[in-house]
Amino acid sequence: MLRYILRRLLQAVPVFLGTTFLIYFMVFAMPGNPIVALFGDKTPNPAQVAVLEAQYNLDKPFFVQYVLYLKNVLTGDLGTTFSGRNVNEVFGATFPVTLKLVLMAVVLEFVLSVVIGLISGLREGKYFDNASVVVALVLNSLPVFVALFLAQYFIGIKWGLAPVTVGRDTSWGAMFVPALVIALTIYVTGMRLMRGSVIEARSEDYVRTAYAKGLTSRRIVPVHIARNSLIPVVTNSAASFGALIAGTTITEGIYNIPGVGNTLFQAIIRGENATVVSFVTILTLLYVIVNILVDLLYAVLDPRIRYV
Amino acid sequence: MQLGTIGKGMALAAAATLALAACSSGGNPEVTTGSTGGGTTDGTAIVYANGSEPQNPLVPGNTNETGGGKIIDSIFAGLVYYDATGAAINEVADSIVADDPQNFTITLKDGWTFTNGEPVTANSFVDAWQYTALASNGQLGAYFFEDIAGFSYDEDSPLALTVIDDLTFTVELSKPAADFAQRLGYAAYFPLPQAFFDDPEAFGTAPIGNGPYMLASADAWQRDVQIELVTNPDYQGGRAPQNDGLTFVFYATQEAAYADLLSNNVDVIDGIPDSSLATYQTELGDRAVNQAAAIFQSFTIPERLPRFSGEEGRLRRQALSMSINRQEITDVIFQGTRTPASDFTSPVVDGWSNSLQGAEVLEYNPDKAVELWAQADAISPWEGTFKLAYNADGGHQAWVDATINSIKNTLGIDAEGDPYATFAELRGDVTNDTITSAFRTGWQADYPGLYNFLGPLYATGAGSNDGDYSSAEFDALLQEGISNPDTAERNTILQQAQEVLLKDLPAIPLWYSNVNGGYSENVSNVTFGWNSVPLYYEITKN
Repeated sequence: MLRYILRRLLQAVPVFLGTTFLIYFMVFAMPGNPIVALFGDKTPNPAQVAVLEAQYNLDKPFFVQYVLYLKNVLTGDLGTTFSGRNVNEVFGATFPVTLKLVLMAVVLEFVLSVVIGLISGLREGKYFDNASVVVALVLNSLPVFVALFLAQYFIGIKWGLAPVTVGRDTSWGAMFVPALVIALTIYVTGMRLMRGSVIEARSEDYVRTAYAKGLTSRRIVPVHIARNSLIPVVTNSAASFGALIAGTTITEGIYNIPGVGNTLFQAIIRGENATVVSFVTILTLLYVIVNILVDLLYAVLDPRIRYV
Repeated sequence: MQLGTIGKGMALAAAATLALAACSSGGNPEVTTGSTGGGTTDGTAIVYANGSEPQNPLVPGNTNETGGGKIIDSIFAGLVYYDATGAAINEVADSIVADDPQNFTITLKDGWTFTNGEPVTANSFVDAWQYTALASNGQLGAYFFEDIAGFSYDEDSPLALTVIDDLTFTVELSKPAADFAQRLGYAAYFPLPQAFFDDPEAFGTAPIGNGPYMLASADAWQRDVQIELVTNPDYQGGRAPQNDGLTFVFYATQEAAYADLLSNNVDVIDGIPDSSLATYQTELGDRAVNQAAAIFQSFTIPERLPRFSGEEGRLRRQALSMSINRQEITDVIFQGTRTPASDFTSPVVDGWSNSLQGAEVLEYNPDKAVELWAQADAISPWEGTFKLAYNADGGHQAWVDATINSIKNTLGIDAEGDPYATFAELRGDVTNDTITSAFRTGWQADYPGLYNFLGPLYATGAGSNDGDYSSAEFDALLQEGISNPDTAERNTILQQAQEVLLKDLPAIPLWYSNVNGGYSENVSNVTFGWNSVPLYYEITKN
């Protein structure tokens, strides 16, 4: 088990080097000079541009820039923004907010998937089963930003049931609506996976045996059926966790949530390379770690799986 | 000052917002008063305004974008400030005397202090200016000191500023600038306390000023969230706050700010998202603001492009200008939030005119356009496609397409918009002179004066002369105008200079931007200044 974890963690090293290099190269290759853009419509004097380029190491060749960056990262310094702020600090301030939002969305998605999927699977072909598919597909086909705008307009502005934007109040309650909207637009996959597994499990020998032993549905459904059907749903939720963390830009923009997505977007527009590269790298590593954790979770859910 | 590229660039899901627009056009939303408003919960009258995370440290000489600019203007007081009409009124200055158009003596009022108790002296100004202008300091505001003797971009050389006594200093300019006093309300000219020079980095996160407001605490700037300002009890200038404090809430998108305004969560905003331009005046009623701003929009066709030089180029520029139906584009695309241009400046500055000689070149006149184009073809026939470059991250596509269509339909030539992915990319090509087409240009005034719209843009060799325009006649008039100490006479001469531009069209004027904003039911006395920023200090809480 320990060796397995160690091996997986070691695999993350080339992933880290690869991502930083690729992202750094892509940011470097982005057309346009961020220093010139700092001056807006005004054309800066070339000498002034040169001073600023030297200040941000932008005057050096690509590999020198990359090595300098990597050296700083390995000593724990992710660089500074144009406003002179340390990127570590920026990430430290924004990540917990995004994590909160995404965690809430994933938990809601998981609960929706499991509950609705389980009932659908148990009542295969019945009214509830069919209705749940239609509802889930309608929600899923709604682009997330449309759903968010609608929720903001009706729940926030028109009915005044929830905060319109998040801003300074990043409590669980303030972010509940956007998290729920995200969950509603993505839960269909997990729900269908759950339903399929439940139907499959119901016809398994061990379930028939359990019934034959005289166990009640109250015990068989949670212990024999649900637990064994969870694996694909867990994988799916974990995958969406990674995707959501990296993809909250739109949600954070609409609800003005001071998280990673908003900051990353501004950094891309402003050409703050250090922020962009560091953020993307950390997000990649998180994605890798989440996947390792999911693999380990399999063993907990299914005793047949053992890591050596 | 830099246009809010972030704000405009955030048109992330412009199409998506149509959904919202469709909902909101159905009728006025019911607005709940006070229940969720953040305004009066703690018993003090704090005004909430929209802002954006400052791009640079909060140092006056290093701030050139609106996010930081609004904060700097609120916490610092300069020699002069601008009232709603753009008139410069002495703030810290007791007098600014032009000994001649090139030499100024500035006297300060006694008794001003920074919020840490340090007195504001002649040295507070002189040291700040020297720091900002010094080449190796790389400050974004260095440009403002170009006209002061001793200034250099290439090496560290001190400006010709002399401290006479604690409250008096003199300025020697390298060339006449009769409007120098008018310029001094811009942030780059603000004073700095000794605390800045001791630790610039710490100062940039918790600045100490002498303005109507000050930071509520050392960590009042909550990054990416908001900045809280409270009134400065020692402030003694003409901008005395009529409220108890000012909080700028940072928004990454205009959509979010507008949604908050509709629910009275924010008190005043100075931008309306494109998706709501058509409906916001109905939704906000008399709380909607739509007034002219000191922003001039144009496109530039460099002289060096083939078929655009000499007499042929002049004819083609005039033909292109007359083939654009500005009125229709401002009405249809911009919903009346732009005003067709009639000169090279802006209606908010003193000296603006809609009756310049030759201004008919800015009117839609298809017959004349075709005729002029034919004359140019007689010199050398047109071939190829006319391209207009723009940055796709700034919401420009709609008007570029409309303008291109107008040109195509009038002149019968091939024309197309040429999108650049980012603003940085477009400006890079423009600055390096590697662009091979016409391109959009814009200018937001730094101070409310005609010269600021002309000198930096069209004088031979000027910093932002993107089309590399050069005209001896224009340069002479500009020089004559800026040397004239009488404002009315100066404006008349600068208008004559513009008449030269109307013949040559170094940039083809399109329209003036308006500022679009609004305020909540919780505030009154909201006035927007000449620079599109609300006069926050005048706002009262209901």
